[in-house]
Amino acid sequence: MTPTPTLDPVEAPAAGSRLTQLDALESEAIHVMREVAGEFERPVLLFSGGKDSIVMLHLARKAFWPASVPFALLHVDTGHNFPEVLAYRDATVAEHHLRLVVAHVQDAIDDGRVAERPDGSRNALQTVPLLDAITANRFDAVFGGGRRDEEKARAKERVFSLRDEFGQWDPRRQRPELWDLYNGRHKPGEHVRVFPLSNWTELDVWRYIEREGIELPAIYYTHEREVFLRDGMWLAPGGWGGPRSDEVLETRTVRYRTVGDMSCTGAVESTAATVADVIAEVAASRLTERGATRADDRASEAAMEDRKREGYF
Amino acid sequence: MTTTTSTTTAAAGSAAEHAQRELLRLATAGSVDDGKSTLIGRLLYDTKSVLADQLSAVERATLARGAAAGEVDLALLTDGLRAEREQGITIDVAYRYFSTARRAFVLADTPGHVQYTRNMVTGASTAQLAIVLVDARKGVLEQTRRHATVAALLGVPHVLLAVNKMDLVDFDEATFRAIAQEFATYATGLGLPDVLAVPVSALAGDNVVDRSTRTPWYAGPTLLEHLEQVPTDDALADAPLRLPVQVVIRPRTAAYPDYRGYAGRIASGTVRVGDSLTVLPSGKTSVVAAIDTFDGPLEQASVGRSVTVRLADELDVSRGDVLVPTPTTDADAGTTVGQDLVGTVCWLSERRSVLGARLLVRLGTRTVRALLREVDARLDVDTQTVELLSGVDTLHAVDATDTSSDAAPSGLGLNAIGRVRVRLAEPVLLDDYAAHRGTGAFLLVDPADGTTLAAGMVGPTLLDRLAPEPDEDADADWLAGAGI
Repeated sequence: MTPTPTLDPVEAPAAGSRLTQLDALESEAIHVMREVAGEFERPVLLFSGGKDSIVMLHLARKAFWPASVPFALLHVDTGHNFPEVLAYRDATVAEHHLRLVVAHVQDAIDDGRVAERPDGSRNALQTVPLLDAITANRFDAVFGGGRRDEEKARAKERVFSLRDEFGQWDPRRQRPELWDLYNGRHKPGEHVRVFPLSNWTELDVWRYIEREGIELPAIYYTHEREVFLRDGMWLAPGGWGGPRSDEVLETRTVRYRTVGDMSCTGAVESTAATVADVIAEVAASRLTERGATRADDRASEAAMEDRKREGYF
Repeated sequence: MTTTTSTTTAAAGSAAEHAQRELLRLATAGSVDDGKSTLIGRLLYDTKSVLADQLSAVERATLARGAAAGEVDLALLTDGLRAEREQGITIDVAYRYFSTARRAFVLADTPGHVQYTRNMVTGASTAQLAIVLVDARKGVLEQTRRHATVAALLGVPHVLLAVNKMDLVDFDEATFRAIAQEFATYATGLGLPDVLAVPVSALAGDNVVDRSTRTPWYAGPTLLEHLEQVPTDDALADAPLRLPVQVVIRPRTAAYPDYRGYAGRIASGTVRVGDSLTVLPSGKTSVVAAIDTFDGPLEQASVGRSVTVRLADELDVSRGDVLVPTPTTDADAGTTVGQDLVGTVCWLSERRSVLGARLLVRLGTRTVRALLREVDARLDVDTQTVELLSGVDTLHAVDATDTSSDAAPSGLGLNAIGRVRVRLAEPVLLDDYAAHRGTGAFLLVDPADGTTLAAGMVGPTLLDRLAPEPDEDADADWLAGAGI
């Protein structure tokens, strides 16, 4: 007997149907978002216009398609934003018919709830307007783009992270998180921070942006910009207070690895013009994302943990 | 010393390789002084997953501890946790990430700590592989057996025994063989399906990422090679379909006025267009009309994928329901729907179990009210023995106010593992955990404040396997004496 040759390829074997890493991460994030939609009354997605929150929004659109995203976006506006990022935010909200809630740090400064810091950085000042917005809007689940690879305090963060009425993260009070059974039960006044990108790394985010063809604000790619050097970081001038008289503006070819408050987010010198260029650069980088470009995380060994305990995301 | 072989790292490898890369979730079994931190540090360091700013922080910390310049204590890469423990903060699990061109890894780092069982259960619940470390000088200890027991209890498909500190026993083959053999015998008794022993020195890097020249007698893979090769799909791909419904997608837009899709992540098996499905617990049946995703419709989808399924008929399906294959004969139904849940739990809370307590049971995407009826067996994890507490409903037999942990403790306290019977307020699908690691897992939740009290596994588990046969005569005497 001679075997009959098959004309058509047989159905892909089980091995071929296994999820790739990016598929698995995507599927897990969608699962987390659907759990939130199923369990909570008033979820909201923190949206800064940075790459992590943009990826979160993309995943949310996938999770509920063909229905629209069933939650609002919340932007905590430090007042020191990159104009390109605000333009991106507003265009995105309009394109996908989303509801945007903006909490302004300036409002909290104006009515005395928080005080401006001498160094001009408003990153840490976001916590008060964030918590006020959560209370005022009665949000019970707040999606954040935090990843456990970012920082050692975040390595211990749960996917569902219970916060008390003061928004505090208490590492001692964390619920054990088993299988994919996320427990979002909470008392009135408490809320849950949810991190669907917990298991992603910076490179995963960029590879996913490439695979999905996700558009980002232009400042993530190389451009000429007037910058000045402070504490080893290239900061952009602006109404937030830089440069000081002893700091010299110069034009450099730069891009941003993270997007945040202008006073504490540094540019890196780079000629990476495409997503592929950025991936090559990030893969070869010998510095972590935050080590390279975030002044506030350099403040102390436990800077992130301290801010998280206060209610930061 | 070690030789450097063709170690591929995250920075190397083509885009095509990355596109095909799989994800492996693993857990380390933590205990003090076995070199776990050093091993994790070595894995991160040798896969080039440690960046310059992290490394210089570790170099500073190494110097601060009195080491010579240029030395790096890799254990300090995970030291953030230890510093917090020194301050008395208990952090049960941290997650770490590293990757090669072939695979990406999510490592649940479970520190050796007084809360060991709870920590290990948490880490092992999602792990496809557990690394159990032993010190080559000490061999298999009680804690080694404890780690193996928890891995077996949680149904972790693969176990890697890392016989560490081989440099301190002169890379002696006989020492390694004896330890590997003793562990293998033990693991077989627990029913652990796949165990590999690797001789390593985490400190010097032998057989962790790079192959050692000092173990010429060892022909197996290095630790990382095994992590790259071990199968990731396991039994869940071949198991019958389980699709727990998370949300019902109803756009009610002009473009999709009548759309009704059931969204969820496939917990096991495969769903195909045209399949006849049954909705549990209602038992209604229909046919798969479409499998939708944002990226377009699929003809079929398998375990792990988040999808939205449309059915041919208008059925009442909601969050908490599970879609399963419609049985073609009564014999192959394979599903159990019921209100009496018997399973093994690991108690996670400092609040002891109280018989008669009203609880919530979280099973898949369903949450139901429940009553804790019985705790009839307890597992001593250290000795792997099972103590039978009582064969009957002890609802009123135990003092529910007794919360002391020493004098004749009743029920289950923090870290205890026991068998429970829980009465549910409504019928649900009860899959055996042994066959359905996805849908056979459950949580016990305190309805008052949402605290997760226990993690559970439905059906017979390791505990039943280890339990002694009940003494039926004694049981009968007791029943007679109680006048029942």
